[in-house]
Amino acid sequence: MITLENLSKVYGAPGTEAAVDDVSLTIGSGEICVLIGPSGCGKTTTMRMVNRLITPTGGRVLIDNQDTTAIDTVALRRSIGYVIQQVGLFPNMTVEENIGVVPRLLGWDRARSRARAAELLDMVGLDVGQFLGRYPNQLSGGQQQRVGVARALAADPPVLLMDEPFGAIDPINRATIQDQFLAMQQKLKKTVLLVSHDIDEAVKMADRIAIFRAGRLEQAGTPDEILIAPANDFVSGFVGPDRALKRLRRKRVSQIHIPLVYNMGQQIAVAVDGCHGTIQVDVGGLVVSVTADGRAIGPASVRMDTDLRVVVSEMLRLAISWLPCVDGEGRLLGIVTQAAISRQVNRVSGEASSDDASDQGKPNAATL
Amino acid sequence: MLRHSNNWRWHRAGLLACLVLGMFVTEAQAAEFGGQLLGYRSEVQYLLGQHIKLVALVAFFSIGLGVPLGIWLSRPGMRRYSEGVMQLLNIGTTVPTLAKLAIAMLFFGLGTGSAVIGLTIATLMPIVRNTCVGLQNVSPELLDAARGLGMRHAQILWRVEFPNALNVIVSGIRTSITYATGTAALAFLIGGGGLGELIFTGIDTNEPAMMLAGAISTCLLAVIVDLLLYQIQYWLIPRGVNPYRPLRT
Repeated sequence: MITLENLSKVYGAPGTEAAVDDVSLTIGSGEICVLIGPSGCGKTTTMRMVNRLITPTGGRVLIDNQDTTAIDTVALRRSIGYVIQQVGLFPNMTVEENIGVVPRLLGWDRARSRARAAELLDMVGLDVGQFLGRYPNQLSGGQQQRVGVARALAADPPVLLMDEPFGAIDPINRATIQDQFLAMQQKLKKTVLLVSHDIDEAVKMADRIAIFRAGRLEQAGTPDEILIAPANDFVSGFVGPDRALKRLRRKRVSQIHIPLVYNMGQQIAVAVDGCHGTIQVDVGGLVVSVTADGRAIGPASVRMDTDLRVVVSEMLRLAISWLPCVDGEGRLLGIVTQAAISRQVNRVSGEASSDDASDQGKPNAATL
Repeated sequence: MLRHSNNWRWHRAGLLACLVLGMFVTEAQAAEFGGQLLGYRSEVQYLLGQHIKLVALVAFFSIGLGVPLGIWLSRPGMRRYSEGVMQLLNIGTTVPTLAKLAIAMLFFGLGTGSAVIGLTIATLMPIVRNTCVGLQNVSPELLDAARGLGMRHAQILWRVEFPNALNVIVSGIRTSITYATGTAALAFLIGGGGLGELIFTGIDTNEPAMMLAGAISTCLLAVIVDLLLYQIQYWLIPRGVNPYRPLRT
């Protein structure tokens, strides 16, 4: 857990404008907290005060309730993973040596740090035999950033600081690396502080979002809280007018689907939630054809882990108000309706129903 | 940044010069002159030893002083002063080596000692400058990453800054030591010995063969020193940042 208590940074004489002004924020263990805001809003400065690359002029930072000023700065940094946008891999070292930097600083022997490098390289999805002996200049931007993440995780630090880690990567690779990171995070449960200027990235990645402006924390909360109830005009402007759609991105079909009980090989009549139509399944439960709202749309369906934004897009494309949903093998499980999605959009956070228990809203790498 | 000069281009220029010379010189003249040159074999051998010793001392002191000085000037705390010192060094470099030797002689008298001091000062300056600039030009994000990962100052210097600046540093050393090999001929003028003895005595006594025997050996020595230092660059600079051994991408 990271606690920022009245954290401030003033450059120059006291009384001049603060880069970070009295920020208090708590990030729970295993959470991803995205610090977001326009350039110069103090988000990076705030992050850099956690590992004391910048010394606060006021307030304090606690990690697991321990004041970070009580820890030797170098020891503190070695216990915190650090990823930056420009990656900052050392070009004079191989990938193996780069990942092994912190382990070697901590006194691990060569064999152990090599084994760890191989393990991490595998975890970030790079072929060990091919990449371990390469130099950073031989890697693409996306590959470099994967190695950068691996390096930050090398000594298994409980806390990870990431300064726009995916900002310099092209959109397609960025989405892949984000998904991969989220899949890793499900297993690793690091406490992550991630600086971003991309609200879509924040909504996708964050357990908590902290929105900054001119050194002040404007609002902090779960993505849902911020999207449903922006605290002020700045926040609502920042999250954008399409915030209902942004919320849907974090919701899955599995959270709102209506289960169906049916016999294999039959035609199932649908009459629920104001939706009408039929679904024909074969003897294995696979969807053969669908008639929805009087339109025959063939074997259309969505998977349980599809996010609701995609479902809405499919419904708009097909001009229908519901869709069958299926498991990974394509067997019918139930239906998802437009009415249920609307209820989801309008539902205020806090009255989360039982189906939110499974809701981390996180796609895993294989989604879609 | 100093870059690797294309050796082959100079080889070709040398060949061309020989051909042009060849048009004015008959075979018999050439043979006679060659014989005269070879007549200075034993002098060359003896003076070459002196010359090499001189250059070795100059290299030892100029690297031993220049690199630490450059490192010191590149430290963040020195940044305020380093620019001024660089300017001074630049001005210092424009003072002819002969003048530097003369000044050294004024203070330390005639002899090898003065020659070593004068040449060391001349050689030192580019080494200090390249070391300092090379270290200052290491990308700030590397330093940020190094700090953020928990390296101490000395670890950042030796594991990150120095290896990544090494090409610029060694380029400075290579240029200035090669230059020093040539200019060490001037040491003779203040009693420092070396191959300059043949060159300047040859000029004074109007014996071109003697002058050339000294000049050619000095040149060859400089070329050999340059090639040796190139080998050091080739093998010493870390593989990932070695421009002489490009990586396959």
